[in-house]
Amino acid sequence: MTNYVQLLLSGIAVGSLYALIAIGYTMVYGILRLINFAHGDMFMMAGFFLIYIAAVPHMPIWGALLLTILLTVVLGFMIERCAYKPLRSAPRMSVMISAIGVSYLLQNFATYFTGGLAQAYPEIPLISKKIEIFGVSTKLITIITPILTIVLVLALVTLIKFTKIGMAMRAVSKDFETSQLMGIKINSVISMTFIIGSFLAAVGSIMYFSYYEQVSPTIGAMPGLKAFVAAVFGGIGSIPGAVIGAYIIGICENFIKSYPVIADLSNAFTFVLLIVILIFKPNGLFGEKLSEKV
Amino acid sequence: MKKNTKILASLILAAVFLGLLIFIDNSSLKNSMLSTCLQKGAIYALVAVSMNLLNGFTGLFSLGQAGFMLIGAYTYGILTIPVTSRGSVYQYFDGGLVQFSIPVIPAIILAGIMAACFAALIGLPVLKLKSDYLAIATLGFAEIIRALIQWKQIAPLTNGSNMLRAFPTYDTILFPFIISAICIAIIVLLIRSSYGRAFKAIREDEIAAEAMGVNLFKHKMMSFVISSFFAGIGGALLAMFQASVQAKAFTSAMTYEILLIVVIGGIGSITGSIIASFLFVGCMEWWLRFLDEVHYIGDFKVPFLRTGFRMVVFSIVIMIIVLFWRKGIMGNKEFSWDAIAKFFKDPFGLVSKKKKKGEVK
Repeated sequence: MTNYVQLLLSGIAVGSLYALIAIGYTMVYGILRLINFAHGDMFMMAGFFLIYIAAVPHMPIWGALLLTILLTVVLGFMIERCAYKPLRSAPRMSVMISAIGVSYLLQNFATYFTGGLAQAYPEIPLISKKIEIFGVSTKLITIITPILTIVLVLALVTLIKFTKIGMAMRAVSKDFETSQLMGIKINSVISMTFIIGSFLAAVGSIMYFSYYEQVSPTIGAMPGLKAFVAAVFGGIGSIPGAVIGAYIIGICENFIKSYPVIADLSNAFTFVLLIVILIFKPNGLFGEKLSEKV
Repeated sequence: MKKNTKILASLILAAVFLGLLIFIDNSSLKNSMLSTCLQKGAIYALVAVSMNLLNGFTGLFSLGQAGFMLIGAYTYGILTIPVTSRGSVYQYFDGGLVQFSIPVIPAIILAGIMAACFAALIGLPVLKLKSDYLAIATLGFAEIIRALIQWKQIAPLTNGSNMLRAFPTYDTILFPFIISAICIAIIVLLIRSSYGRAFKAIREDEIAAEAMGVNLFKHKMMSFVISSFFAGIGGALLAMFQASVQAKAFTSAMTYEILLIVVIGGIGSITGSIIASFLFVGCMEWWLRFLDEVHYIGDFKVPFLRTGFRMVVFSIVIMIIVLFWRKGIMGNKEFSWDAIAKFFKDPFGLVSKKKKKGEVK
């Protein structure tokens, strides 16, 4: 019993992390129809930012955290401006290729800058503390992560539903050209989307690496892909969908990992789930139906 | 230019190239960087052309190439390791399940067929998906294959996450060139046939193609299976080139590299893909190497140069190409003697521009 509780708890924690990354994917896809392959690598970069900033002498940990988030947001903004904006009128495939190029660049840059080795993540005093609940000993972060995720998601949903920029985002994702004609400044809306996405990726990264304690240059690819699967599973463009998809994947994955016979296949499971959902419900659990125009 | 002259020119070019290869093969250059780049370039050219068949000519944006290469490489490795060496390769699994080995050429063909079978299997559900969903589903499929091959339960067959080695490799560097050339020639013939025209019709407009009577699913499936067949053969060649193979090397980053080659060469140009793969491999392995070493100019230490800087510069160059030179080297055109002749008569179109101006006056 305690074993199951433990698995469920860590599954929820991992699911929350996937959720934070998945939102970044789903928002960008909703507006630009672009799979931002570089998102997972931004998550990795955020990990390295904290390692290097925390190593600066006399740097308080909260300062390091704030600076990490700020730098990640700037990075996300710059990537959009440099790599995606020039291709606004190009075919969708070109933008996707550009995203793959950015991902390649970030990975190579991180390998160069860090020497390619995995580095230990600094301990953040409060959230790395050990606690005990339901007779199970765990890190405090396992509890904080889901709560923080839910708070951030609620804040985000409020932002999208009730503010002017949120309304603009919804309009742009419905119809790109018409909203431009209606006077919405497309570029600032898209920048805002990337800023929010990067912010969530940075928060996710802090939680994720406090949990796994190591960062390496290629570590972003797998969580990135899984978060994308979560976004597709929930119906791409839908924020609650992405969150639910992420929790399902996180929990299932943890249970699979606990059976030695199939433990190696936990990564494969995520993609099997993706292919199954694409066959039976191509628009995901909560996705909108898109009609095709000739 | 007359047709006969063109054929003659092509033959001369091929003969010069062949002569050069034979020379390298028989001289001390055989183990040099030049020879390594040429071999790897030939293998990448085959895989890039197979990806171009799918992405450039049929318009199916698939990212599963590394998975099919992996299947090909493992099929080749498992089937050709000599029985006497199996004990040491499969040291943790009592020599493994397979206790026979077959000759090289049938094994290479089987590697392709195996990859094609998997493609047919995965194609059934996946090919109905639209552009970027197809991309992510095939990418996922490649990851599934990679996890499956490393699965402990089937390790007596695949050697799990351990390396496969001791299988026969080739003695002459001509071997990968000959196999790649035959395969690429088959792909070119396919693209020029009526099937190839159907592929292009699907690329331009699926709905219009369907209305004209092209069976969408059949042709997409055909393109997918054939592309995977040649990717499988490419995988087998890569295994021979490396003399050992391990599943964890076939990541999505490998697919990205091949995709970038296709983009640099021009999406929809066979010759572009071939030229780009040699350039890509040359830059990555050889010409940019100096960036990885510390250099001094007099007493001045050149900043930034250390291990890994080569790849940073390389990926920045790729980004510049992707952003500002989207057509790549060849666009969707093919290499032709006419274009070369025109270029030498009138470099950069200076004369024809003047002529046009004159007409306006």
